Amino acid sequence: MVATPPRRFHFRRPSVIPGFGLTFGYALTCLSLVVLLPLAALVARASGLGLSGIWDVARDPRVASALRLSFGVSLLAALTASVFGFVVAWVLTRYDFPGRRIVDAAVDLPFALPTAVAGIALASLYAPNGLVGAQLAKVGIQAAYTPIGIFIAMVFIGLPFAVRTVQPLIAEIDKEVEEASATLGAKRLLTLTRVVLPPLIPAVLTGFALAFARGVGEYGSIIFIAGNLPFVSEIAPLLIVIKLSEFDYAGAAAIATIMLGISFLTLLVINLIQAWSRRRFGYV
Amino acid sequence: MSEGITLEAAAAPRPRSVISEGRGVRWLLTGIAILFLALFLVLPLLTVFAQALARGWAAYFEAFAEPDARSAIRLTLTVAAISVPFNLVFGVAAAWAIAKFEFPGKSLLITLIDLPFSVSPVVSGMIYVLVFGSQGLFGAFFIEHGIQIIFAVPGIVLATIFVTFPFIARELIPLMQEQGTAEEEAALTLGASGWHAFRTVTLPNIRWGLLYSVLLCNARAMGEFGAVSVVSGHIRGLTNTLPLHVEILYNEYNFVGAFAVASLLAGLALVTLVIKSVLEWRYAGDLAAGGRH
Amino acid sequence: MFDKTNDKLRRAVRCSDRIVVAHPPAPTFPEDDTMQMPVTRAARPVHRIRSLLLAACLAPALGLASPVLAETALLNVSYDPTRELYREVNAAFAEEWKAKTGEAITVRASHGGSGSQARTVIDGVDADVVTLGIPSDIDAIVKLTKKIPADWRDKQPNQGLPYTSTVVFLVRKGNPKGVKDWNDLGKPDVKVITPNPKTSAGGRWNFLAAWGYAYNQDKDVEKANAFVGQIYKNVPILDTGARGSTVTFAQRGLGDVLPTWENEAFLVLQEFGADKFDIVVPPTSIYAEPPVALVDANVDRKGTRKAAEAYLAFLYTDKAQAIFAKHRYRPLKREAADKADLAFLPDVKLFKIEDLQGNWDDIQKKNFDNGGLFDQLSKAGR
Repeated sequence: MVATPPRRFHFRRPSVIPGFGLTFGYALTCLSLVVLLPLAALVARASGLGLSGIWDVARDPRVASALRLSFGVSLLAALTASVFGFVVAWVLTRYDFPGRRIVDAAVDLPFALPTAVAGIALASLYAPNGLVGAQLAKVGIQAAYTPIGIFIAMVFIGLPFAVRTVQPLIAEIDKEVEEASATLGAKRLLTLTRVVLPPLIPAVLTGFALAFARGVGEYGSIIFIAGNLPFVSEIAPLLIVIKLSEFDYAGAAAIATIMLGISFLTLLVINLIQAWSRRRFGYV
Repeated sequence: MSEGITLEAAAAPRPRSVISEGRGVRWLLTGIAILFLALFLVLPLLTVFAQALARGWAAYFEAFAEPDARSAIRLTLTVAAISVPFNLVFGVAAAWAIAKFEFPGKSLLITLIDLPFSVSPVVSGMIYVLVFGSQGLFGAFFIEHGIQIIFAVPGIVLATIFVTFPFIARELIPLMQEQGTAEEEAALTLGASGWHAFRTVTLPNIRWGLLYSVLLCNARAMGEFGAVSVVSGHIRGLTNTLPLHVEILYNEYNFVGAFAVASLLAGLALVTLVIKSVLEWRYAGDLAAGGRH
Repeated sequence: MFDKTNDKLRRAVRCSDRIVVAHPPAPTFPEDDTMQMPVTRAARPVHRIRSLLLAACLAPALGLASPVLAETALLNVSYDPTRELYREVNAAFAEEWKAKTGEAITVRASHGGSGSQARTVIDGVDADVVTLGIPSDIDAIVKLTKKIPADWRDKQPNQGLPYTSTVVFLVRKGNPKGVKDWNDLGKPDVKVITPNPKTSAGGRWNFLAAWGYAYNQDKDVEKANAFVGQIYKNVPILDTGARGSTVTFAQRGLGDVLPTWENEAFLVLQEFGADKFDIVVPPTSIYAEPPVALVDANVDRKGTRKAAEAYLAFLYTDKAQAIFAKHRYRPLKREAADKADLAFLPDVKLFKIEDLQGNWDDIQKKNFDNGGLFDQLSKAGR
């Protein structure tokens, strides 16, 4: 690795670097106090219901439909964000056009823009009397206050994840491989589908999973644009808020625990994807 | 190792004809990408500013003259000023422990640090109500001692810290992992103290990643809505942050005011992005070294 | 930000040798050096970050000092549509308190859906008084925390109701759908905008008003339930608060009729223009009771009982009563109000929901609790 003068020390000797106890201890303490303890309180509250109680909450038709909606729409939105995010990432890294840098910076907007601001902006844009909503209304589509509105907000939230996970990988595709493929007579499309795309799949999946996880939990931007109608456009996080205002703490905690479990699973899946890609493509 | 060849290939002019798509496809894809981004990202942003200025500049600035707006700005700054440094210290400590040492359970630790990313903001707020609320785990204890946590600044700070918890750590961990430990080891063997080696070797190496992650963390800390909304109590002039103030104005039919305050937050987002772009542009080399895109 | 999660993928793609190229050469250290480190070009920007952080820490600390003044402050936790009302009432009270005692007082207000507001008091908001949209929300605080005594209704004049209100209809100019009475809300081509009764007191009054109307027609519970179900089939959007519904109806242009608090309907005319909407007053409607109560546990702990009690008493004075009427609430003492204001509040046959459904515990349980009528209707509606 780094060209250093001859050493008498072994290359890796963890004991040389100090501060493990301090930093590890501090990080673990913070993590426990800020994240683990409150989450444990949540699980403890929900476990008051027992596993069967949590299951009953999940099976309640209204809760079930809210969870279905949150996960279903989020899945669709993450899919859309992944597809378009891939195109955006590809265009941004492979092509040069005026204003590319600005467009590139704009991708991060949903990270930095407060969700409530995004929510009211999207609502006023896609409402039937809004700029885009009016055009959609002409062709008979009502976007805001329907699941389509939720979809739009989730795509907005998820897009940067989809772009930013794939973009650096596209930037670092070895062009020689593409050239080799081309010289061996492959058409461009074949090169893309057989040579360029496969190594990108894990990143696309990771971006998809992140956009999905974020979409499922999103609240601020969605409540302004969803119709919040039970069984139609009521998302799971809103149902948590509703349960709280009904003073049903256990019910709220149960829904939250279910969502938390699924967040865990999503993160696990991301890790598995990465482990798989390490094996499949030999990445470290 | 094919160092020379790789570098040469990167520097050589690219024969576009074989490794790029046809002109038509390029135009089409670029068009789709730009249209998509315009529809989903740029238009909402423009809406914010257009609505904010719908009644002219006087009405725009009126929104900030209100004492409630000022106290919301003050609270938002306070919350960010506490939570960002907290996460900064945590992020650096966690990254140091994780990147510079090998220990079992490391990936579990990273996953746990990641967890707040995928927890719904509403849940992030609720968990603190469950711990510190008067019905909660420690609620009775704090009330007995006259300490208000939920529905006061500490609760808002806690919820904000939770939501922005992974931002800095997650940026620094891969950066520091990639840089390895050789330089620090060199410094240490040459007699520097650990703290000194950190300050003069590690810190310069991670400075851009650090600055960038602090910016994003700050933007998120100032803009968080869902989690803060659950623990705020919405007391005007006391526990309203800027995003909550936007909602309040919106609910008072003061749309110009709501979008004016929103434009302040959107402006913050824009500044963040501009600084980030400038950093990337000017220090592309340094950032690439750290694994930045 | 999140792209870091797959940093490993990326790192693998990048040839390891490029990392070498990009690394700055390791700084060299004199053999015997202990603290003297070479100042690299890198050190300066770090410095700048640090001073930036310092400045960021200091700025709000200085700013914070100003609002914390030693004066009595009361907190009134209220429901959604009373923002404009209590802004004026609170200012008037502060003025009177200053004149009487010579002390300055600030009354802060917090607004939101009535249920969520009650929840914040239960979870520990330091409210001195609660002025909520519906009695059952105060009952919830009583039951879950005992911060308010169970007999709170008897502690204030008129069962804790300094003013009442009712539900009227807001329709688009010229009333294109011809909405006149409650039964028009059940017609298939009428779209009704109303807030979620689970979270909003206004939503609950709308629900109960519709039920009461139907029940009064034939005294048949089943029919009344079915009628309410019919109306909620016409609801395309259920916002979480009265204000959300108003924005949906007035600003977004959705729906044909907005059943809402009488005061809220007038406020919409004032804010959005009287040329866009009409108010339709149905022949009968509900006697809506938004009650006030002292949060005993909080005022005793904070030592604000005297001021808080004076504040509640002030709500029953002529001055406050006139302000209620001005904001189109129905004052307890009509004689204190301006005649011109009273003219806006027409005589409507009002019924009390307690007379039809019993006490508030039952009303809440039967209609809005988990598995109650609203849940059954929304389940059946799909």
